Formats: sequence, C-alpha cells, structure tokens
Amino acid sequence: MDLFNNTTVSTPKIKRDANLNDRIPDGLFLACPYCGAQLYSKQLGDHRVCPACGYGFRLQARERVALMTTDFEELDADLKLADTDFPGYAGKLERAQQQTELGDSVLTGIATLEDQKVALGIMDSYFIMGSLGTITGEKITRLFEHATAAKLPVILFTASGGARMQEGIHSLMQMAKVSAAVAAHQEAGLPYIVILTDPTMGGVTASFAMQGDITLAEPHALVGFAGKRVIEQTIHEKLPKEFQRAETVLENGFIDAIVQRPAMTATLAQLVRFHQTQEVK
Amino acid sequence: MAALFRRELTPVQVVKKSREDRFSAREIISGIFTDFIELHGDRYAGDDASVIGGLANLGGQPVTVIAIDKGTDIKDKLAKRNGSPEPYGYRKATRLMDQAAKFGRPIITFINTPGAFPGKSAEDQGQGEAIADSILQSMKYPVPMIAIVYGEGGSGGALALATSDQVWMFQNATYSILSPEGFAAILWKDAKRSGEAAELMGLTPNDLLANGIIEYIVPESRSHNRVFNLVRAKLLEEIQQLQSLTTTELVAKRRARFRAF
Repeated sequence: MDLFNNTTVSTPKIKRDANLNDRIPDGLFLACPYCGAQLYSKQLGDHRVCPACGYGFRLQARERVALMTTDFEELDADLKLADTDFPGYAGKLERAQQQTELGDSVLTGIATLEDQKVALGIMDSYFIMGSLGTITGEKITRLFEHATAAKLPVILFTASGGARMQEGIHSLMQMAKVSAAVAAHQEAGLPYIVILTDPTMGGVTASFAMQGDITLAEPHALVGFAGKRVIEQTIHEKLPKEFQRAETVLENGFIDAIVQRPAMTATLAQLVRFHQTQEVK
Repeated sequence: MAALFRRELTPVQVVKKSREDRFSAREIISGIFTDFIELHGDRYAGDDASVIGGLANLGGQPVTVIAIDKGTDIKDKLAKRNGSPEPYGYRKATRLMDQAAKFGRPIITFINTPGAFPGKSAEDQGQGEAIADSILQSMKYPVPMIAIVYGEGGSGGALALATSDQVWMFQNATYSILSPEGFAAILWKDAKRSGEAAELMGLTPNDLLANGIIEYIVPESRSHNRVFNLVRAKLLEEIQQLQSLTTTELVAKRRARFRAF
C-alpha cells in the first residue's frame, strides 16, 4: 500500500527558467494587425509587408526614406517645440524624439526618387501616433514653401491619429496653416501627391491628406475622419472590418490607387515624370 | 462695453452656456440681415438641414450667409443631428462660397457645432475630404470672409467654416480641438474629467483672444436685438476695411493670418 501513498515519486519538479525571456529575442514572431497571420519576422522582408495580405507594417520615417532613396537631404532637422507647458507633455515629447530621431512627427527633405527630384515628407506614427503638432505643421508648411520656390513636386506620406491634444487649438490651426501652403503650391501649377499610410485619421484626413492632386494608399491602411469607436457609439451599430480601410475608401471614390510598398518608389517617380513635360522650359 | 463682462465665468460654466439654446441660426440671420433668401443643396448628394445658407442684405450690400444650426425642437434637432453637418452640408457651404467668390460677395459664417457628424454614411461620403476642400478653397476666395462662433466651435467641423480673414466669438461660446469630454477620454481615458480638461484647454473667448486665435468677442446681452445691432455695425465696419484691400492683398493677408500659428 505504500506504493499508493508515496506521492513524492510521481511529481518530478521542473524548474522554470527565470531568465527565459532574456534568451529569446523580441519581435521574432508577430501577428499581422490586419489579417492576423502569424509570421516569422524575416518573412516580412525589407519592406515589412505581410506575405499573406499585403498589409504594410508601420514604418518609422527614417526606415521608409532608406527604403526609397539614398539621396535625401533633410530640412529643418533641428526644429523642436520650445514651450511645452501642458502637464506631462515635455517628457512624452522627449521620449518620442529619442525613439524616432525626429524633432516632431514628420521628416521632411529634398529627395531623388529614381531620377526625379522631389520635396518629400514622411509622417511617423511612432511619434505620439503621428499627431499633428505645431512643429509638424510648421515643417510641412516649410516643405511646401520650399517646393513652391524651387518648383518641385511635393510627395507626402501621411500617418497620423489626428490632432495633438496637448497643443489644443494650436493643433487645429495647423490644418489651416498647411492648407494655405498647399493652395500656394497648387497655384504655382506644381503636383502634390499624397500616400495615405496606416493610419491616417482625424485632422490630417480633414486637411492636407485629402488635398492632393493624386491620392495613393498602401494596402489595408486605415483612412478616415472620425474614430471607429466614436461612430459605433453614435449610431449604435457594429461596423464591419473593412470600414475605413483603403480598399473601401477607394471604392467610395476618394483614393486614386492602392500601391504595394515594393512598387511605391517606381510608381511615384513615374507619376512625377508625367507632370514634367509642361514644367521644363 | 466692459460693463457687459461684469462677472467672468469659469471655463466649465462657459462650456455649459455655449451648449444652451441661446440663439438659433434663423434668429441671428433675420436679426442681423434683411431680405434673406435661403438656397438649398450641394447638387450631388442632398440638402443638409444643419447648414443654412443663402443670400442676404447687409446695410445695402449683398452678402452670402452660411450658418450651422443645432435646431430648435426635438424633431428639428434630430434632423440636424444637433448641429453636426454631413459631408454634403460642407459641400453645400463650399458651393455657396464658390458662388460668393464669383460674384464678389463677402462671406459671413455663423458656427455652432459640436463637430462634424461621426456616422458611417458620413465616412463613406468623405467627411474628411469635404472639410479639407472647404478649408483649401477658403484659402483662395478673393472676397472678405468673417466667421462668428456663436455656440460651440468643435474641431475640424468648425474650422471648415472658420478659415476666414477674421474669427469672432460670442461671449459665451467655445472654440476647441475637441469637446472637453473627448479630450479627457483621449488623454486620460476618463471622460468624467471633462471639467479639468475644460480648465486646461483654453477654449473660452478670453483665452483665445489672448492667444491671437480670434479677433473679437461679441458681448452678449439679454436683449438679442442689442447683440444683433452690435454685430451688424461691426460687420459693416470690418467688411469695408477688408474691401479696401486689393484681392491679392486680401488673400495674402488671410494666409499670413494662419501662417503665424
């Protein structure tokens, strides 16, 4: 009978390795935020695209510029917000600046895409969700002003959750400020191409993201004005997965074309070339 | 005039007052202008009741008037979604402003909206694009433009009609990036902290005037006629000033106004 009472034999102790997480590198496996496919990170390739559905993972602005060109001259690199009196804002801003190596949520400069010289702006969703702050607006405005003076096309990748709450009404005013610079650029007969990337929402959608001559988007990018949750609470109805996705927005008539990330540079260069015949004098 | 500001309200009180039905758009239009003829529709999708627009007479001069209205009774408020325009409401406004530019008429807008309507059909019809276009076109109109926030001035939905040469506010109006409730929900994940948010946001006319966001505060009075007479006189004066500029100067000045932010 002792055999059945002796419990010590049947339960071997397996010790959990406390340092387990240190030995496995982060981010080896990830799920596609759009289709949910489980992916080994190397499957994404240089362009960080889901092989199952074509969704482009969110890129930092500097990663994106490196994918497109080696010829990039940054503008206004040192522009940073001086007065940050909103509680907790200064620290948040500093962390974002360190993480993205940007002064604010957009990277601007003069770039050569294939053989075409363009004024290039890339918003960075890793910088406080790409929100539209005073410096973001200022850098984009200066990019347009520079492009107008130098007779260059503007190519802008948008990525933004919307307004920068901490800057209040000043954030709202950026929508009008950038629009004024877009108007002057348009009047000079120069092309402005927007690429909507995941996510482009709120005040950015309601201003310069929807003012381009040509509006492109990356596959499955979230594009809209009001947030999904706010709409669901307003109309008391669950919204479909496809709601506010680039494919739906294209069907509704607000996007010219959806371009896969690996084909982006060539597509943009060709679009710019189409606009050049009248410009060369 | 200073006597009218006898008692200064706290931001929370101003927010509350700005949401009360103090003025309706039709009362304002008939109080300030004469011979108003309403014009409907955006020519593509329909006619948005929350945006009232048309032609009116201001001291002998034709002007284009556009007003966002919250509605007066329950039925009216439902039809107007409590003053939240649909994309075709903004496109109606843009159509009327295009027309004003063509015929050289000053544009006067009156704003009272919690924001553009957050609905499924609004998104499908391009709410963002409608607002973006209204802002962009407003940067080009070669006619005087004055915007007056008379209740809530909520976010991009208000800015769509406030990209003007001058922005004025009624004494008990607000103008902000978002409602204090939404602001608190986004920043602190707690809509109940709206009072704290209202204090921080600087959304009262006094704060906005100090920050150079607006040009003028319209003192309110129990006598609405007194308010309307004052607004009419001030409009005549300012529009005359703006009309003394060449159209190039006027547009450049408007763009410079926003460039400063």
